[in-house]
Amino acid sequence: MSVRTVSQLQKGEKAVIRSFSDRLMSLKLLEMGCVPGCEVRLDAVAPLGDPICINVGGCYSLSLRLNEASTIEIE
Amino acid sequence: MKQENIKIALVGNPNAGKSTLFNALTGLRQKTGNFPGVTVEKKSGSFKLAGEDGKPDRDVTVVDLPGTYSVYPKSADESVVMDILANPKHPDYPDAVIVVVDASNLQRNLLLFTEINDLGLPTILALNMLDVAASMKLTVNAVQLAMQLNVPVVKINARTGEGVPVLQQAVSTLLDKKEKPALKYFYVPKGNEPALIEEVKELHQLDNDYVALQYVCQHDNFSFLAQPVRAKLDTLIEKYEFDETGFLADETIARYKTIRPIVDKSVKSEGATEQPLWTRKLDKVLLHPFWGYVTFAVILMVIFQAIFAWASYPMDWIDENTAALISWTKEILPAGVLNDLITDGIMTGIGGVIIFIPQIAILFGLVSILEESGYMARVMVIMDKVMRKFGLNGRSVVPLISGVACAVPAIMTTRSISSRHERLLTILVTPIMSCSARLPIYSILIALIIPSTKVLGIFNMQGLVLFGLYFLGLAGALVSAWLLSLVIKRTEPGYFMLEMPTYKLPRWGHVGFMMYDSVKSFVLQAGQVILAISIILWVLSSYGPGDSMQAAEEKVITAMPSAPAEELGAAVASARLESSYAGSFGRFIEPAIRPLGYDWKIGIALLASFAAREVFVGTMATIYSISGDSEDVLTVKQRLVQEKNDKGGPMYTPAVCYSLLIFYVFAMMCMSTIAVVYRETHGWKWPLIQLAYLMVLAYVSAFAVYQIMS
Repeated sequence: MSVRTVSQLQKGEKAVIRSFSDRLMSLKLLEMGCVPGCEVRLDAVAPLGDPICINVGGCYSLSLRLNEASTIEIE
Repeated sequence: MKQENIKIALVGNPNAGKSTLFNALTGLRQKTGNFPGVTVEKKSGSFKLAGEDGKPDRDVTVVDLPGTYSVYPKSADESVVMDILANPKHPDYPDAVIVVVDASNLQRNLLLFTEINDLGLPTILALNMLDVAASMKLTVNAVQLAMQLNVPVVKINARTGEGVPVLQQAVSTLLDKKEKPALKYFYVPKGNEPALIEEVKELHQLDNDYVALQYVCQHDNFSFLAQPVRAKLDTLIEKYEFDETGFLADETIARYKTIRPIVDKSVKSEGATEQPLWTRKLDKVLLHPFWGYVTFAVILMVIFQAIFAWASYPMDWIDENTAALISWTKEILPAGVLNDLITDGIMTGIGGVIIFIPQIAILFGLVSILEESGYMARVMVIMDKVMRKFGLNGRSVVPLISGVACAVPAIMTTRSISSRHERLLTILVTPIMSCSARLPIYSILIALIIPSTKVLGIFNMQGLVLFGLYFLGLAGALVSAWLLSLVIKRTEPGYFMLEMPTYKLPRWGHVGFMMYDSVKSFVLQAGQVILAISIILWVLSSYGPGDSMQAAEEKVITAMPSAPAEELGAAVASARLESSYAGSFGRFIEPAIRPLGYDWKIGIALLASFAAREVFVGTMATIYSISGDSEDVLTVKQRLVQEKNDKGGPMYTPAVCYSLLIFYVFAMMCMSTIAVVYRETHGWKWPLIQLAYLMVLAYVSAFAVYQIMS
């Protein structure tokens, strides 16, 4: 089974961040609190299917585009 | 060590309550300006620290630095933070830093705190949003946190002002400390980093490891480093085989590893944390595929109804009273040139400015309520995919909406768009959004040709036409962005990534301040230009080359010997204006604007409004009050209704009005916008391209409208 990413989460589904597939994108994501080991949950999908809103570690809501979300690999 | 003038800087994540704390600290003792050398807006203010034990009072200057998630900038706005904090020679370099931290999201907020701390500046942590944390069933132990972090921690509530005096006192205590405690770095360099750091420290005479590391990582962002210095640092990077991207990721992860146990020790949570309930419930509706857009559309409609319908009451009142004041002044002053200059020139011009105060106040008030409440972030989310289709970014929505107020601050807000490509496109199309300076022109022309009837029982017909013009501006902006995105090639991928703040009630004091501030700058900036142009225009239209005006007058009198006095007076005044300097200008450009349906009088107004479009209405007022019968003072609208064209029919036919409306929707007639685009894009290339394409667009569209309608 190939690696799943945040962009493949179902609404309400939780997952734990494992690693990142894009180095530059990972810098920004790390600063925004998306640390490996942190739990995320898909909260909302924008009306046109993109961007999405994820809850990061129960702390806050982060909105990001699908191509950004697809660089976050999950367990 | 006693200083009379203390400088402190506020640093923090976006949405941590930094600006709210700034307001609580300084009250109304604040001003906005620019950071030296860059166009990033700088908010600074001050407060007084009462002296104790016979010490004198101290003035503390507070600078509110742009919100950022780390010391590594991702946008033009954020690069200001390190440009100041890494440069002790910068005029805004602070004596101490207050890092504002959102207690409900401590881990992520502490990342920035540890970075700032490592720079070696005296640092205080202001723990904000404890109420939000409490609603998420989190309790933060401030004493434990202070012990772990080795800095003073002050609990505050920026919105209510709780804890702010304690924070001010903490600043004073920190600065009074005789000896600085040894700095405890949160990040310990590894591998060959220490050797690199030592070399940079020696080279630049630095005493802080982390500042040295910042020289290595960010020297291209530091305006205070000259090109040879940057090149030297690049050779050092090669020498030590320093991998920047890898280092940044490693550093951030290492910091989180240090932060994790600190958070665990100082924060207690009861069960799983969750965002406040009202935020989750509101998001269900406001991000809904159908209701989300309906809500946004309704909010936009309300804004336009407010600008046009609600604002009309105070505007009518101002209009009547300025007209009354002008005729009163005319009577009370002795007749003559000075009287004419004051009433027809200056007062009429100013009257044309202050009438728009209600609309600008309402518009800025509503936009700031949307930003304050947290709704603007949702608009960016629901609009991102649409915007991307046109080559823009969800964040472009804020400049575009702010562009409805004024393109200058709107273009400055594009700095939050981290992709250069998307930012450039947003800058190029934002001036097409109908700004408040176009409102005067729209209002008066709409009032001339559209009846004030009700449509569907609730909407005012004039309001709907106004909405249509704004919509045309938006459509023009989007289509232009799309066309430009085909021409201008993209060099890097765009980011979106946006924190969604929890919904909050707007701080009404802040909304009021925004309204006051926008009106003030409109009246002062636009007012000065308009005043100057009104006077120049009055002179140009009251005097002509040689005795040409006298000759024109005599010619009319000989041609119409038996005409009634009133008719003769009007004909003489019109002939005089036509032969004046201004009239000659108008006549000169008339052939170029004839195809759009304009005569030489409109030509004068077009020329005058080239610097600033809001001058148009004031110019019309001045021109027509000079050419009209000077006995009684009419409002500009009444004058326009009476104005006749060459063939004796009304000058302002629907075709001419629509042509003018469309011209002003697209035309780039604003020196301030050209200036801000020049500063933001660092050169004349883009402002000139922008000016050219918008002028061509305006001319062609107005031409088409006039030719089709007449």
